[in-house]
Amino acid sequence: MALKKMLSGNEAVARGMWEAGVQVASAYPGTPSTEILENFALYPGIYAEWATNEKVAVDVAVGAAYAGKRALAAMKHVGLNVAADSLMYASMTGIEAGLVIVSADDPAMHSSQNEQDNRTYAKFARVPCLEPSDSQEAKDFTIAAFELSERFDTPVLLRLTTRICHSMSAVELGERLELPAQTKPFPRNPAKYVMVPSNAIKRHPVIEERIRLIAEYANESPLNRIEWRERTLGIITSGVSYQYAREVFPNASVLKLGMSWPLPEKLIRTFAAGVERLIILEELDPFIEEGVKLMGIACEGKSIFPLVGEFDPYVVRAAAVRAGLLPASVLEASPAPEVGPLPARPPVLCPGCPHRPTFYVLNKLKVPVNGDIGCYTLGLIPPLSAIHTCGCMGAGIAVAHGAAQAGSPEKHVAVIGDSTFFHTGVPALINVAYNRAPVVTVILDNRITGMTGHQQNPGTGQTLLGKDAPVIELEPLVRACGIQHVRTLSALDVDEIEKTLKEYVKLDEPSVLIVQEPCALLPEARRRWVPLEVLAEKCNGCTLCFRIGCPAILKSEELDEKTQRPKALIDASLCTGCEVCAQICPRDAIPFRPDSLFVEKAR
Amino acid sequence: MKNVINFLLCGVGGQGTVLASDVLVNVGLAAGLEAKQAEVHGMSQRGGSVISYVRWGREVHAPIIGQGEADILLAFEKLEVLRNIRFLRADGVAVINNQAIVPLTVTTGGQKYPADEEIRAAFAAVTPNVRFVDGERIAEELGNLRVANVVLLGALSALLEREPALEGSALSAETWLKVIEERVPAKYVELNRRAFEEGRRAVE
Repeated sequence: MALKKMLSGNEAVARGMWEAGVQVASAYPGTPSTEILENFALYPGIYAEWATNEKVAVDVAVGAAYAGKRALAAMKHVGLNVAADSLMYASMTGIEAGLVIVSADDPAMHSSQNEQDNRTYAKFARVPCLEPSDSQEAKDFTIAAFELSERFDTPVLLRLTTRICHSMSAVELGERLELPAQTKPFPRNPAKYVMVPSNAIKRHPVIEERIRLIAEYANESPLNRIEWRERTLGIITSGVSYQYAREVFPNASVLKLGMSWPLPEKLIRTFAAGVERLIILEELDPFIEEGVKLMGIACEGKSIFPLVGEFDPYVVRAAAVRAGLLPASVLEASPAPEVGPLPARPPVLCPGCPHRPTFYVLNKLKVPVNGDIGCYTLGLIPPLSAIHTCGCMGAGIAVAHGAAQAGSPEKHVAVIGDSTFFHTGVPALINVAYNRAPVVTVILDNRITGMTGHQQNPGTGQTLLGKDAPVIELEPLVRACGIQHVRTLSALDVDEIEKTLKEYVKLDEPSVLIVQEPCALLPEARRRWVPLEVLAEKCNGCTLCFRIGCPAILKSEELDEKTQRPKALIDASLCTGCEVCAQICPRDAIPFRPDSLFVEKAR
Repeated sequence: MKNVINFLLCGVGGQGTVLASDVLVNVGLAAGLEAKQAEVHGMSQRGGSVISYVRWGREVHAPIIGQGEADILLAFEKLEVLRNIRFLRADGVAVINNQAIVPLTVTTGGQKYPADEEIRAAFAAVTPNVRFVDGERIAEELGNLRVANVVLLGALSALLEREPALEGSALSAETWLKVIEERVPAKYVELNRRAFEEGRRAVE
């Protein structure tokens, strides 16, 4: 018997890549896709990298596939917006060896700014879309995607969702397909690979014919299958929704689409003709539903099931009850008692987070702050409350520039992390320098890609494969972008950050403040953790230290006699000794650590 | 046994729910069942509310469950158990770590942390099967707060032995310990073994 192992969907994709003989993979970290490359990088004899952004990652994979090696690029759903240009030309040119692009969509937006349904990209780009329903299929479909890619000379979109990426189920492991190690001479085939108009005009009909042939193949493909059960209800479904269909409607017939684009018209017609009532069960957009309706086949989908958010068995069951597909008795086991309003527990900047002082100062300065994507987006949470816009990776600097050019009456501050700056911040900063807006950009350099769980980036001196790399230094880079006012400070130095930002918001020219300290969760930072304490006899309950929003600072049960306000108390199990509270305490009630970072103030 | 047994684990990012649910799904597999687990990574791990789902059965389809579908609620924190009470089915089992982690919305936002009586009252409407376990205190006595999650797994393992739904499955304390030992560094194996056993004792 083959070895069975519990794998997450992402681990299973990585395993599938290895078994499929993939030699080159590139990605930018993004939840829920990150672990695909992290796991692929652990296999021997492969090349894997963190790219600076998703567009670069797709171009890298395209280059490898042109060079004749199976290649894959992975990203979260919004990453494909960044890489859309590359997907479109790769579809036009086709490839020499298999090319798969993984889009990990995030219904319910567990860690994202939207819940776009990227199956639409497959249709838009005329490429097939595969949707696995569990970890076993995540592995199998990854291998199938490469076969499909080479058979039809097309990139393939492997579309996952959070509940596939981050769910674990058993997977049978297989062997690696050993492909020739030698790389062929790079193709000189401009008619196919140089997309100037005269060539592109000839390629467009080729890719339209290609998708028509794949649609024909879809009727026979083992990726799609009909499971005949009772004929009163038939369900067309794909991805994780297949599991909900089986769970909630165990007796219904199911057409499971492993390939959700292009649609297998003959198969759908056969299925539709064989059932009395046809419903489409799919999360997010009515993607399959619209395709089926365009065939002139009557069906129900979004008239029954939600358009927004992710499904779970209860959501599907409740919708089915409302539509008369199931009796109300199926919901009886759900008491769901009413509990009063509960205190929210939003994610917060960790104790010791080096981003905290910057947001504390920005809150004090009351300036509009255009934020970006990363841990530091949490600077929006009260009491810091110092992020006023955040849309997508790299947007903050240019949004601040646009607001400034529009005559916004206050100075705008853009905040962006180190990895996000490398991702799409650099072109925006060059734009600020070139078109001259007095925007203050703060680069929050915590020496790692934080939110996705500590991935290396061009500033860290390490690659995904653990090799040393040159550190791309921010200050010379910022100067080279054309910014003259640049300063680098410790991210924990509250006074210096305040002084510099006050100076920079008065300038009529662009400026950049780089604040640097390693993420408090990095091993080198953990080694320095020393908890601080509050001297209760000195604290008078002024509450100033609560305003930095540190989870390690609690309200004591002891009240100050005079003010009758609770004194502060530090939870030693959480405190890292970053000394931000010690710096702002007006009564010196929080002593600095013996090896203080702030020797002057500590005196 | 009934077809599927559903667990919902809830707590606060950093409490070790990820390891606990990884252990739980692999115990299911080791017991010869089909097992699935689901959780969410990313932003919510930064001190926010976290949940994970584990399902065991002869045939398991969906990786997650909905409202009213958890047979067992394993809560690492007392506010979070109340937040997720809607998942528990009528007469299900709640195992609650006797630990409060006060969120900033209470420290600085003036909101109120629920009292134990409120938690008991809310559960009274759903099930009589509520067990509080001093996971934090026991872990502290063992000298390492991080093993509170394994204390809770120990308590859960003992309670499951009385679960009629699992009669006839190949579960034993050794099954659990083997899975746990495969997942912790060698120097912590003994500590985790003790934490597991203390957890079992706590619900005797």
